[in-house]
Amino acid sequence: MQNLGIIFRRELMGYFATPLAYVFIVIFLITNGIFTFELGGFYARGQADLMPFFGFHPWLYLFMVPAIAMALWADERKTGTIELLLTLPVKLADAVIGKFLAAWALTGIALLLTFPIWITVNYLGDPDNGVILASYIGSWFMAGAYLAIGSCMSACTRNSVIAFILTVSICFLFVIMGSPILLNAFPDWTPQVIVDAVAALGFLTHFDSISKGVLDIRDVLYFSVFIAAWLLASAIVIEIKKAN
Amino acid sequence: MIEIRNLTRKFDQVVAVDDLSFEVREGEVLGFLGPNGAGKSTTMKVITGFLAPSAGSVTIDGFDIGGQPLEAKALIGYLPEGAPCYGDMTTVEFLRFIARIRGFRGEEADRRIAGVMRDVALKTVAHQTIETLSKGFKRRVGLAQAILHDPKVLILDEPTDGLDPNQKNQVRELIRNLARDKIVVVSTHILEEVTAVCTRAIIIDEGRIVADGTPAELEARSRYHHAVEVRLAGELDLAQELADVAEVAGVEQDRLDEASFTILSAGKPIFARISELAQQRQWPVEEFHVRRGQLEDVFRTVTEEANRREAA
Repeated sequence: MQNLGIIFRRELMGYFATPLAYVFIVIFLITNGIFTFELGGFYARGQADLMPFFGFHPWLYLFMVPAIAMALWADERKTGTIELLLTLPVKLADAVIGKFLAAWALTGIALLLTFPIWITVNYLGDPDNGVILASYIGSWFMAGAYLAIGSCMSACTRNSVIAFILTVSICFLFVIMGSPILLNAFPDWTPQVIVDAVAALGFLTHFDSISKGVLDIRDVLYFSVFIAAWLLASAIVIEIKKAN
Repeated sequence: MIEIRNLTRKFDQVVAVDDLSFEVREGEVLGFLGPNGAGKSTTMKVITGFLAPSAGSVTIDGFDIGGQPLEAKALIGYLPEGAPCYGDMTTVEFLRFIARIRGFRGEEADRRIAGVMRDVALKTVAHQTIETLSKGFKRRVGLAQAILHDPKVLILDEPTDGLDPNQKNQVRELIRNLARDKIVVVSTHILEEVTAVCTRAIIIDEGRIVADGTPAELEARSRYHHAVEVRLAGELDLAQELADVAEVAGVEQDRLDEASFTILSAGKPIFARISELAQQRQWPVEEFHVRRGQLEDVFRTVTEEANRREAA
């Protein structure tokens, strides 16, 4: 547990020791602004809520989050530091979780720095701040899910570009699972159970209800289990692949 | 004590380490030799718990590396091949990270970091990021992290690779100083290094031990052990002269210098006997000295023998 914290700190410091964290945060904030104000019609809607802001997050994360996740393990393998890290008296679980949490914290920091939009909406109107808080939490959990997939993909290869592409592809799959794009593609005779099951696995299904302000324990549980499962897969992949 | 029992490690179908067994005791500095791809690094990766063995076991002071990895790893300091370090950190930050993981806090951590930085001469680059350092400094940062917790077992994979002669000497000096109450395993392909720092050498080839002994014992296995080198000033058929001397195993003419000959010993020192003969028979000798067995000869002989067996 102590080692988990040490690895977490090292990783987070690593993000801020290089321009990576700053570039990520700045681009994240700019794209968020463009999406919210230009595409989302924040003002035109005339409603004091952050629906246009959060609504674009699944798509924004699709490219931003894999960019952080791609280096998680691929770089350790490429530079050989994985051998250093895993021969220290550290549990593999501590390393996997510590690195994941550091990346998750970075997305959390980026998300927190979007606070001006919260101030704006409170200045302009009288939004339901409970809904906004729930949405922030939900959005952060969803970012965690993207990261967990990224962690596993990054463990699969020593090439971070490949890790990026794999992560984007798989995340895209999970995003569209809950969206009409995929659900409409099922033939009519498909049993409703299957369609529902696929929809239930998608990010959008769970994020939509959260972003509407319903912080259902089942949605939080979904993302938590999802993250845990992909991190477990990461650990297994690392164990198998570290030999080559 | 490191105990390695019937260790085998396979990669898919390739056997990198093949039923290897040996022990290393306190105070021993073991040189681990072998041609490239002989399985040196793989063996070290298994000993340090990075790779799991396909069969067999490794115990460090009674802790099985597979069964109690954390206890075993706590006893080991390891410099992996190429000395990988986190390039985005400064030397001090990196060593602090290692110190924390090794369980040192506060003053104790500071004292140890300062100590290793002094030992491997890193003070000048303390606040430089590791990726900007030269190869020699990077290697020393790697060494520093390996010895920071004063480990009982030190495993160094090619510690002097890529260093200049002065740095090589410093590292060897360091290893000699560290070695007193420790177990040190050094892999290298620089044979002079083995003679310089090791108390024992193991030569492995294709994952198997082909020679094991003190550097002196191994040198004795050289065909040039106790050989006498003679440079003649005039014509003389040495082979003819020595044909009836039982202690002599043969005479070899130097390929480059036709006046130089090496008189091979049949096992015992022959210098006195040869010098006596030379005086008695008035050989036109210009130069006359004993050749030491070279580890290099032994290395070549045992690894080539193994290859021949393989081919047969």
